[in-house]
Amino acid sequence: MKSMYKITLQLQRCARDITNMSQQAVNGISHRGRVLTLDSMNPNVKRVEYAVRGPIVQRAVQIEKELKEGVKKPFTEVIKANIGDAHAMGQKPITFFRQVLALCSYPALLEDSKFPEDVKKRAQRILEACGGHSIGAYSTSQGIECIRQDVARYIEKRDGGIPSNPDNIYLSTGASDAIVTILKLLVCGEGRDRTGVMISIPQYPLYSAALADLGAVQINYYLDEDNCWSLNIAELRRALNAAREHCNPRVLCIINPGNPTGQVQSRQCIEDVIRFAKEEHLFLMADEVYQDNVYAEGCQFHSFKKVLFEMGPEYSNTVEMASFHSTSKCYMGECGFRGGYMEVINLDPEVKAQLIKLVSVRLCPPVPGQALLDLVVNPPQPDEPSYATFMTERTAVLSTLAEKARLTEQIFNTVPGITCNPVQGAMYTFPCITLPQKAIDKAKELGLVPDMFYCMRLLEEDGICLVPGSGFGQREGTYHFRMTILPPTDKLKVVLQKIREFHLRFTQEFS
Amino acid sequence: MNHGTALLWKRRALSSLSATRRGLPKEKMSENGIMSRAKVLTIDTMNPTVKKVEYAVRGPIVQRAVELERELSEGMKKPFAEVIKANIGDAHAMGQQPITFFRQVLALCSYPELLSDSTFPEDAKSRACRILQSCGGNSMGAYSASQGIDSVRQDVARYIERRDGGVACDPDNIYLTTGASDGIVTMLKLLVCGEGTTRTGVMIPIPQYPLYSAALAELGAVQIDYFLNEEKCWSLDITELQRAVNEARQYCNPRALCIINPGNPTGQVQSRQCIEDVIRFAAKERLFLMADEVYQDNVYAEGCQFHSFKKVLFEMGPEYAETVELASFHSTSKCYMGECGFRGGYMEIINMDDEVKDQLTKLLSVRLCPPVPGQALMDLVVNPPQPGEPSYGSFIKERTATLSALAEKAKLTEQVLNTVQGISCNPVQGAMYSFPRITIPEKAVKEATEKGQQPDMFYCMKMLEETGICLVPGSGFGQKDGTYHFRMTILPPTDKLKILLNKVKEFHQRFTQQYS
Repeated sequence: MKSMYKITLQLQRCARDITNMSQQAVNGISHRGRVLTLDSMNPNVKRVEYAVRGPIVQRAVQIEKELKEGVKKPFTEVIKANIGDAHAMGQKPITFFRQVLALCSYPALLEDSKFPEDVKKRAQRILEACGGHSIGAYSTSQGIECIRQDVARYIEKRDGGIPSNPDNIYLSTGASDAIVTILKLLVCGEGRDRTGVMISIPQYPLYSAALADLGAVQINYYLDEDNCWSLNIAELRRALNAAREHCNPRVLCIINPGNPTGQVQSRQCIEDVIRFAKEEHLFLMADEVYQDNVYAEGCQFHSFKKVLFEMGPEYSNTVEMASFHSTSKCYMGECGFRGGYMEVINLDPEVKAQLIKLVSVRLCPPVPGQALLDLVVNPPQPDEPSYATFMTERTAVLSTLAEKARLTEQIFNTVPGITCNPVQGAMYTFPCITLPQKAIDKAKELGLVPDMFYCMRLLEEDGICLVPGSGFGQREGTYHFRMTILPPTDKLKVVLQKIREFHLRFTQEFS
Repeated sequence: MNHGTALLWKRRALSSLSATRRGLPKEKMSENGIMSRAKVLTIDTMNPTVKKVEYAVRGPIVQRAVELERELSEGMKKPFAEVIKANIGDAHAMGQQPITFFRQVLALCSYPELLSDSTFPEDAKSRACRILQSCGGNSMGAYSASQGIDSVRQDVARYIERRDGGVACDPDNIYLTTGASDGIVTMLKLLVCGEGTTRTGVMIPIPQYPLYSAALAELGAVQIDYFLNEEKCWSLDITELQRAVNEARQYCNPRALCIINPGNPTGQVQSRQCIEDVIRFAAKERLFLMADEVYQDNVYAEGCQFHSFKKVLFEMGPEYAETVELASFHSTSKCYMGECGFRGGYMEIINMDDEVKDQLTKLLSVRLCPPVPGQALMDLVVNPPQPGEPSYGSFIKERTATLSALAEKAKLTEQVLNTVQGISCNPVQGAMYSFPRITIPEKAVKEATEKGQQPDMFYCMKMLEETGICLVPGSGFGQKDGTYHFRMTILPPTDKLKILLNKVKEFHQRFTQQYS
């Protein structure tokens, strides 16, 4: 087989050379193909897909440009509900955070009496931890030490006192960077020995993209849509057993609260997952970037770290785990700063040394993002001057989000052909949509996935940019889209109403 | 044994073999008789390409330096009072002050309420407004487009046009990055393919900046060394390029040629003629050119001048300008601003295939966007205060002070090091480092070899322990067999640099005496 493949490749190359030569002959000048073409580029990169910023978003940007140029459209603005970008949706930054960042950027402001004392104190502390007292100096590759200490203390507080060692904390360029780094460490073997990584379906497409880039094997386990996107151990086991036939499963990725699905895992479920990981000898990756985004009554965020340690030394001394957090989500939504961290548990010391070496090549995570992360894990305290404002701002954001989560679920569930699980947490709804057979046929005719066809039509007709469910993965024959709940309440209502009308129109057109 | 059981037995043996090989749970009997299992992720079961990565600039010697700092702060007695980290080009850590205008604008962008503060100059405010207006929700906290903020890319394009005497630059060819490193690794990633003798080979200078060797190891690409000519001030020699590519064609598929100009760690500045020759060579040998030009403002030597590859390429006429594929890289970390912590940077790509461009944009979208504060800073670097604007005077003063101090330190370093017997040092024409050649006595080489250390690592470690000065051994950058070097940044403040050079001098003499 392999040699056949080789021969085919050679034939293709010959054919190409011949084409090149004949081209030369035609124009009379020596015209050679480029060094780097689609055929001669890294094949792993070609396999990468990332729907959240895929073709539909490119079209949205184009439409925005057309609107600006005065092209007439049935709408006046494009609403990009494709991505969890809070500030772009009008959310205001937390005042305290930005004041400290301003002082760190321009320390002459430390003399300015306008700024509260706690702001100055925080800025001073961060600057003192920077080389030459400047956020313009490189930090250590693992991240500024005092920030890693603050992160460790934050985790201890969050987890009811379970110790966290700053040496296990690695600051990163957003959570994505850390997730890719850990996956990179884990991938090895060839053929049937190739590392397999279990990811949820639907998933956040960073995972599938990173696995394609690394040439690892993606192992899908399906979340249970009928049970509010919950995770089912029997399904994990099915996926694992099936995968053992063709690869070496070594990693299990969990997103909690879920993206794009918005479920919040119960403590029991997390325990079961940990037991499964131990039993099956899997490295656990817990993506917990939405840890403050829990809205549904009766739901609560439990960190994998906490549950792991509460299960006793049999688990807490053995199960290898990395958990990820970021400055981009929760109540702050500071995506642009690319701040984040990961905590590693039970990581082999030799591998740790390799990890430090690997992250040193990229020198350091952006220092303004590190500073911001420090503020997130060490916000104003009750006796400090900025506390009240901070709490007011934080609570306002989180309670509005809770309201919008409910609103979204309610309105969608009034539309025949749309069913929507409660948005228990995170920032998205991922409703199931019924598409008429004629629409499916039409999409196929156009060479489009049916939900992509649906979302493209919605974009062209109403200026609303969603991401088709196929970009996240879904059970065959089902269709979904992901929409962020971040737009301001008034605008969200309009968006939901427009989608409702579109869906009815679309269903009628194709029935 | 009948046929069936034999088959079964064989299958079992195979599966147990493969279980070991595949790193599946290995049951290990511990002393107390309880089963304990190996970890999922161990040095034996991790990504082998990551293991091959080396990055000396932050390697073992720097880890020891950090340890020493900790010991000092705990009150331990040492023959020195502080550790001087001359291993890395980190200007602010060495006491260089940020450019006031840049930081004012960044403060305004961070906390826009300050826009109504009368203490900030008008040009700082108008820059901040412009940047904020091109951010989602007028906030640096929003994601930007994956390629970078539109208006920043436009400013970069205009900067390049100005720099290159009017050669056109299309903002669509500009990609903002997380420092230059990110851009370089991304381009290399696109280029790597093939297996065995068709595996992509990438030509890099020796000595090199170890980001290149690290990235190539990780990507599993073939590193092709071409040696710079130390006797001719680290210049690049086309016959050496030819030798390297010819030899490499035996075992891989050479597809890219990396150039660092001004040189890191070697500090040479390439002549226009040399760049032309390189471009001609790349065209002839069908190589994708990668021009690392992050030190473009750091040129000190008389008669030297920075020429961008882009400019020279376009001056060579359409035969080259329309065919040679080129990516050039720049950053906010070096030059006169030295803002390493912000991780700002850009790359410009020339003649890249449209389909590959789409793939590049897709690849970049996975990491969402480069840090927005770094993008904002990049904007200020390419669009600094103009004559007539209130901040122009102080900006030029600060910029000139930094660059002229650097020029002075470059000269000083060369002069002092060349007075030491056993150290010979090329002029630091540009960039931020000196890479002198050191003579290591045979006895010292022997002792190092016995310890399993590279002789120049042995030398640098001893210097660190005795003087607190942290340098990077030449072996971390690559050097001709049997020669030894170290890289030292010229960034410390002049007074400190003088002391440092003197300490290096004394150490070298002591070391030479001890081992002769």
